[in-house]
Amino acid sequence: MTANQVALSYLVASVLFILSLKGLSHPLTARRGNLFGMIGMAIAILTTFAVTGRWEIALGALAVGGFIGYIVAKRVEMTQMPELVAAMHSLVGLAAVLIAIAVVQNPTAFGLEFPIPAGNRIELFIGTFVGAITFSGSVIAFGKLAGLGKYSRLFSSAPVVFKGQHLVNLVLALVMVGFGIMFFGADPADQWLPFGAMTAIAFVLGLLIIIPIGGADMPVVISMLNSYSGWAAAGIGFSLNNSMLIIAGSLVGSSGAILSYIMCHAMNRSFFSVILGGFGASEGAIAVSGEQKTVKSGSPDDVAFLLSNADTVIIVPGYGLAVGRAQHATKEMAAKLTAKGITVRYAIHPVAGRMPGHMNVLLAEAEVPYDQVFEMEDINSDFGTCDVAFVLGANDVVNPLAEVKGSAIYGMPILEAHKARTVIVNKRSMAAGYAGVDNPLFYMDRTMMVFGDAKKVVEDIVKAL
Amino acid sequence: MTGTIDHTVINLTVFVLAVFVGYHVVWTVTPALHTPLMSVTNAISSVIVVGAILAAGAQTMGAGSVIGAVAVGLVAINTFGGFLVSQRMLEMFKKKDGGQKSSGHK
Repeated sequence: MTANQVALSYLVASVLFILSLKGLSHPLTARRGNLFGMIGMAIAILTTFAVTGRWEIALGALAVGGFIGYIVAKRVEMTQMPELVAAMHSLVGLAAVLIAIAVVQNPTAFGLEFPIPAGNRIELFIGTFVGAITFSGSVIAFGKLAGLGKYSRLFSSAPVVFKGQHLVNLVLALVMVGFGIMFFGADPADQWLPFGAMTAIAFVLGLLIIIPIGGADMPVVISMLNSYSGWAAAGIGFSLNNSMLIIAGSLVGSSGAILSYIMCHAMNRSFFSVILGGFGASEGAIAVSGEQKTVKSGSPDDVAFLLSNADTVIIVPGYGLAVGRAQHATKEMAAKLTAKGITVRYAIHPVAGRMPGHMNVLLAEAEVPYDQVFEMEDINSDFGTCDVAFVLGANDVVNPLAEVKGSAIYGMPILEAHKARTVIVNKRSMAAGYAGVDNPLFYMDRTMMVFGDAKKVVEDIVKAL
Repeated sequence: MTGTIDHTVINLTVFVLAVFVGYHVVWTVTPALHTPLMSVTNAISSVIVVGAILAAGAQTMGAGSVIGAVAVGLVAINTFGGFLVSQRMLEMFKKKDGGQKSSGHK
């Protein structure tokens, strides 16, 4: 194949990647989009096999990795999607570092000159450190998501903080850039020391950036690492002068950045504090006021009674539902209510699950009809006319204090469950939500609390219906 | 104006335009599909496997080709796993659309 033919088939692959993302604009076109992505990937890989001298080893490795990927994709549970995605980010990051090492070792294999031209060296530096940060950061994120906190404090879902954290990060980042500059000017003979040092520091940095982030912030972290993995791929594309890698990497990078923005907005956090890392550590410390307020609490039987006397019910599923794996029971409950002629809808807050769109997938898996599931903007105006709002394992996302100026969560977009005629809230205990802010919703006269594990409570309701 | 355009400049051009395309395309993605979006983009970013294949297939067998082969194996998990798990998720949403058409179906 000539260089032009290669470039053209890479162009075709790039266009297919763009079309695959475009397909995700609607569930009906999404599967076709995914197919476009697969075809694009096949073209990219086959073209590369055609230009490389010896392809046998690569094909063997591809088959092994592909088989593992196939098994993983088959077996993974939908509740484990955040872990899977974090693990996959780490692989992209690690691969970016490995490729960079291979480039430094033998640039001619990639069609680059020896010694590596100055421009490509800068790009190599960027691709490597972003890749390294993505790798170690994703490993930590994976550990936190998979609940490996019992094995190492690094994986603790509680934020790991120490004094001068930001200063340490800043100094490390500067030292890393220093080694990068050394690498830029180094002879091929002594380029390994600065390259290795800078890579090692980047690994440590990735770790330090993610450990102070608490479990509830994971939707932001995953999106952020998604973005980083894209930029790492783009960085490698720059160093190899490969437009397809740059395009694919940029698509992923901007996608992750947009998702991070959406998640930040939904959690009322600033984008920059997230990108710089180490956010969300101290907010949880705000003391909940000591005054005793009374809540009305009821049993699952009471809930069943209230629900069956309603005409319209809106279910607000939250993190607690995902943790309790109560989505199938919830679907059963909704089906029973629908059979009684009651309109049941679901209201999804953008950060309802453990990653963007996670709750939608969990509900889809439980075979909740697609037309019952609504996004926040689409359903918020309907709470005022609904008989019962049933909040399942959500807290901050339904806290009316977000509308009160001066409160800690002022400005956070919420689901307006408090406007419903009756509010039922399922929670495990009266503990404050992640933001550490008390929730007046629980103390309203129209609110009934039902304490207990989401799955157990909903199953009892189903029995009582 | 003389001389040839540097590779870095061409790369930068492609990069900036691709970021624009990405920005506009991703905003059209429905929030309900944000998890599949993430797994699809994950699979797409595994296109760096082409870099790994080049490394593995270097004319002179050496440390570089071994590292490259390892990278191919690792990223291939993403390439296949990412697209397949996306497909699995999107199939679930397909069923829901069927339910939408025959409304009242349980």
